[in-house]
Amino acid sequence: MSIEIEGVGKRFGDFVALDDVSLEVDSGSLTALLGPSGSGKSTLLRIVAGLENPDSGSVSLDGEEVTGRPPQDRGVGFVFQHYAAFKHMTVRKNVAFGLDIRRRPKDETRERVDELLRLVQLHGLADRYPAQLSGGQRQRMALARALAVEPSVLLLDEPFGALDARVRKELRRWLRRLHDEQHVTTVIVTHDQEEAMDVADRIALMHEGRIQQVGEPRELYDEPANDFVMNFFGPVVHTADGPVRPHDLEISLDETRGSFEAMVARVVHLGFEVRVDLLDGAGRALSAQLTRDDEAQLELERGQIVFVSPRNGAAGSVGPPGVRVGDELVQ
Amino acid sequence: MRRYAPRFVALAYLLIILVGPLAMVFRRAFDNGAAHIWTTLSNGDTVHAFEITVLIAAIGVPLNTVFGIVCALVVVRKRFPLKGLVNAFVDLPLALSPVVVGLALFLLYGRDGWFGGWLNAHGIQMLFALPSMVLATVFVSVPFVAREVVPTLREIGDEQEQAARTLGASGWQTFWRITLPSIRWAVIYGVVLTTARCLGEYGAVAIVSGRISGQTETATLRVEDAYSSFDTSGAYAISLVLAAMAVVVLIAMTFLKPKEAAAA
Repeated sequence: MSIEIEGVGKRFGDFVALDDVSLEVDSGSLTALLGPSGSGKSTLLRIVAGLENPDSGSVSLDGEEVTGRPPQDRGVGFVFQHYAAFKHMTVRKNVAFGLDIRRRPKDETRERVDELLRLVQLHGLADRYPAQLSGGQRQRMALARALAVEPSVLLLDEPFGALDARVRKELRRWLRRLHDEQHVTTVIVTHDQEEAMDVADRIALMHEGRIQQVGEPRELYDEPANDFVMNFFGPVVHTADGPVRPHDLEISLDETRGSFEAMVARVVHLGFEVRVDLLDGAGRALSAQLTRDDEAQLELERGQIVFVSPRNGAAGSVGPPGVRVGDELVQ
Repeated sequence: MRRYAPRFVALAYLLIILVGPLAMVFRRAFDNGAAHIWTTLSNGDTVHAFEITVLIAAIGVPLNTVFGIVCALVVVRKRFPLKGLVNAFVDLPLALSPVVVGLALFLLYGRDGWFGGWLNAHGIQMLFALPSMVLATVFVSVPFVAREVVPTLREIGDEQEQAARTLGASGWQTFWRITLPSIRWAVIYGVVLTTARCLGEYGAVAIVSGRISGQTETATLRVEDAYSSFDTSGAYAISLVLAAMAVVVLIAMTFLKPKEAAAA
């Protein structure tokens, strides 16, 4: 089921959470709402679910307008960052909640819950209480609970934000696999660009209540619409030819056209990649990223003078070029 | 030895303040023998006094339980102007002496009071009758449920309720299936405190009831009545039953609790 968001605005007092936001999410896709905290991404998700009402604009699910309709009539599944597990119910009761509310026959509910618990790999823990589960298990339970009522849209609000890094990676791969099997239209809110790129087909990057750019992960990385998008997806080095990514800087021992002089301050080996911290002629710091093979050929040493240039065509792809040679590294 | 000191102090305090007097009541009740206790307790007016007390509690406790839960939900979950004022007003009965409450009701419902004239004209007797006694008791026992439930509601947050809504539950279903089970221990504790307060109310009821034996006398008023007519062991006997009722309520609560601990 597709989602159409049109001209949605929302204020909390003086704070503008959403400023005329429009977005279309295709049926069966997995879209990430990405952005720093306070960018309005969670508010937008909650408006789609009906947990929050927009001050202006409309939300439609599959062409039918649902603005102002209470959450229970929207047929959406929602997963919260802090699980929102029903603490006084067993795992089985939690997952069965939506089906119990709909007064489905007992046998049917039992079967469906068993099927879901197997899907989220919790079938052995059906009679436990949420307090007896780990964070990852609780979130899988919450996901099964949301999927039980066969929602037309699955909305996840920072679902892995409270989990440790290893479990987070595991769960997002698993979510992607689940999506590939079930094809439920899914929107995931996250502040982690790596997570968004790993899991989503499309990313909508938000900042200060507005959508900055929508597209495939690759598009946002390679063809950022503005400085904010470029900076959000990783470190940026400003050169005379415009901003470039550290891995788009070439280092050579001989002067080439368009290159500038810099001194090697430090060579950091990070496994496959090598980060070279440099100081340019004006004493400003910048970093370049090389593969270990490239670095091995150059045999860089601290204090060495090298020539740095942006790889062909890499620089200047962003709106207003920051024409400042060797400006500091912007994280 | 030093590490036992705090426990010793706490225990000694409880002994002197609570257990001592209660033990004395127990002992003195038997001063004139068990037969006298039975005579006192089987006296028609005494039985009636207990009936009135239980009746008032039976009306006041459910009323204040419902109000307390609604009030807590409103204070914690809703945003509206003057919320702080509502919050403060709930605590008012704790700060106000019951005698003042009784007097206020007296002025309001008396022959010359704001409502008294109208009610009298329509043949409704408030003062010196059950309605004003219930009103006085309800007033003084308002805060307990709300005060217990408010912090629990704050602690559990509203995410579980939101989750229930997205899963298709209506407002009522969410309340019965999610909110109420989550706050049930706070509610039960509040109910126990409210019950204790209703059973023990003296000051406000003393003023509005007119303390007519066999008609508008509650158990606590009966104790005072017996005491002032020099029937001390009778007064102790009734006190004993009142204390026993409180103990039963508390024990009932402790018996209910372990199940919860096992579940959580």
